Amino acid sequence: MLMPIRHRIATALLGLAVAAATGSAASAQKKYDTGASDTEIKIGNIVPYSGPASAYGVVGKAMAAVFKKVNDDGGINGRKINFVSYDDAYSPPKAVEQARKLVESDEVLLLFGTLGTASNTAIQKYLNAKKVPQLFVATGATKWNDPKNFPWTMGWLPSYQSESHIYAKYLLKEKPAAKVAVLYQNDDMGKDYLKGLEDGFASDPARIVGKESYEVAEPTIDSHVVRLKSSNPDVIIFFTTPKFGAQAIKKLGEMSWKPVTIVSNVSASTATVMRPAGIDNAQGVISAAYAKDASDPQWKDDSGMKAFDELLAKYMPDTNRVDSSAMTGYNMATTMVEVLRRCGDDLTRANVMKQAASLKQFAQGGLLPGVTLSTGPNDFQPIEQLQLMRFKGERWQLFGDVISGEIVGN
Amino acid sequence: MSAAEEVVTEAPAVEAVPKRAMTLGYGTSLVVLAALVIIPLLVKNFIIFQMTMLLIYALAVLALNILTGGSGQFSLGQSAFYAVGAYTSAILMEHAGMNYALTLPIAGIICFGFGFLFGQPALRLSGVYLALATFALATAMPQLLKLGYFEHWTGGVQGLVVTKPDAPFGLPMSQDMWLYYFTLVVSIGIYIASVNLLRSRSGRAFMAIRDNEIAASAMGVDVALYKTLAFGVSAGITGVAGGLGAIAVQFVAPDGYTIQLAISLFLGMVVGGVGWLPGSIVGSAFIIFVPNIAEGISKGLSGAVFGVLLFLVIFLVPHGARQVAIVAQQLIAKLKKN
Repeated sequence: MLMPIRHRIATALLGLAVAAATGSAASAQKKYDTGASDTEIKIGNIVPYSGPASAYGVVGKAMAAVFKKVNDDGGINGRKINFVSYDDAYSPPKAVEQARKLVESDEVLLLFGTLGTASNTAIQKYLNAKKVPQLFVATGATKWNDPKNFPWTMGWLPSYQSESHIYAKYLLKEKPAAKVAVLYQNDDMGKDYLKGLEDGFASDPARIVGKESYEVAEPTIDSHVVRLKSSNPDVIIFFTTPKFGAQAIKKLGEMSWKPVTIVSNVSASTATVMRPAGIDNAQGVISAAYAKDASDPQWKDDSGMKAFDELLAKYMPDTNRVDSSAMTGYNMATTMVEVLRRCGDDLTRANVMKQAASLKQFAQGGLLPGVTLSTGPNDFQPIEQLQLMRFKGERWQLFGDVISGEIVGN
Repeated sequence: MSAAEEVVTEAPAVEAVPKRAMTLGYGTSLVVLAALVIIPLLVKNFIIFQMTMLLIYALAVLALNILTGGSGQFSLGQSAFYAVGAYTSAILMEHAGMNYALTLPIAGIICFGFGFLFGQPALRLSGVYLALATFALATAMPQLLKLGYFEHWTGGVQGLVVTKPDAPFGLPMSQDMWLYYFTLVVSIGIYIASVNLLRSRSGRAFMAIRDNEIAASAMGVDVALYKTLAFGVSAGITGVAGGLGAIAVQFVAPDGYTIQLAISLFLGMVVGGVGWLPGSIVGSAFIIFVPNIAEGISKGLSGAVFGVLLFLVIFLVPHGARQVAIVAQQLIAKLKKN
């Protein structure tokens, strides 16, 4: 045992010496882990193409389109991306099966953009034990930013908690005396949102005068809205998914009740929430965003949005461009491509993690101006900023500065 | 007796299966067993994991088969029993630090009790009405698991992460392989017990109830007792499968045990052949591998492709794997004669 190790150390030292001697030539030294070669980088992905959450399948299709375009343009540092994307039907046991297939049978370099909090939790321990990067998971849970315990897992979306933290910050500043009522979905997303808000109001928890939760299976949430009114709040906050966001805003209009209204970013789409709720009812509603909304006309001549539209036109023409999932997939894949580009010829799993953890204020065309990605060895939460916006006329108007909702620790 | 009940008793939805046709011959059983023992030595860990899941779902399908094929009662609520078993094992392992092997019988006993109690009110229902009542159970389960009161134990919506056991006594095998053989031993034990149960007095009582409830009670079978007993046994076995599933997947979460799972198990039973216990493993293979095949054919239309494949199976071999086995048996017999 001793000899080979010594031998390896000697080789390493020799390598270092050569590197020092040749300087820049050292970076050209090619290093590969499983899944990478001179011609190819193999990336695994798991998205629900079928089952109850199959609407998110668009995320995977948009990612595939980005990688296809990159390949058609010559690949990354001369290597083509081989994007292997499987379906888990939003079921954690199936996600485990697919993740193991990707790692042990397809032998991918890393897993990227796996979708769903439960599915990602199910595979996190396995991937960290195998030291396979689980990069840019498509869920807004806060727990992905835990480099100490899970050094191979990294989030991407601004966490739900940081978003609701921003609402609390805003309210404390603008409406210091306001009483707040909250409606949230009874799942990990809704509870994360609620926690961020409660943490934001930690100095004065009595501000939250009403809390109601609903199940995603309920046909309508009207009764919850009526009940919240009885607590007589000045501000009402909806941490809902799009269908319920539209219902809630519409109900406020029907009741002719006009409190300050905040909806979560998840339900801020112009096409799927604001229009169905009624443009009149939606006037003055406040939300926060980090990415550009493709259904918002103000980005019509924006160069970032044009690039997005060109990609859609050429590689996935049958996609509904206002579906915000397409934008999410596009943005995530853009980040992935950047990280792989920075890896150069050192395509080891360790280097991929190192590059992913050294993003410094990286801006992307699909993100709002001023929102950038930053990571570090102790910061595995790439996007922490959002900008507040108010619905006016037929579109969102951004206001105020880009705010950081950074959460310290877990 | 209500009109609906008459309809159900007049035309039993589950075809009568003679009890000898419920099992495989000794020779075939040994061949299957040998294959299950040897294959894992030759393949990658990932495939061993898939085979473990195959056995676990086969157990759950077998449990449903005892209920439907044996006693003629329908259930779309097996995912609820599976969830209770999975959570029992996970909670005992993670919070009480109990050995994984010990948690399985406890999961089985708790689910047996749960199923037996559920069987009491369900007794008054039959046919499609019973199926609906169990359907309600399956829909309610994920929400019950999310309840704040239990959150300290269940981990709420976040679920619980379970630690995978190492091979004991320093055996030189991977965690996956050890868990596979462990599951295999449990599965064989439950399979033999199930076959014996159906051949016993109780099994004959189940089948008498399935074929004609009135005739069964006229012969002195305690219909109420045996119906609830069938529910209990089925739930108990499903619970053990759930516990094994939690250990193999290393994670339990409410969203893993939706009505989708119950429907998959029901599908597995029909494809394997209702009332034919060895078909359970074929049905389990169908629900694990056919979605993968469908995905390989078309990603965007995987659900539709799965539907077409399922339709073909039901259309060509309506009695599932049992029919295929019978045809194969007849062919072999003919060849022997010649």
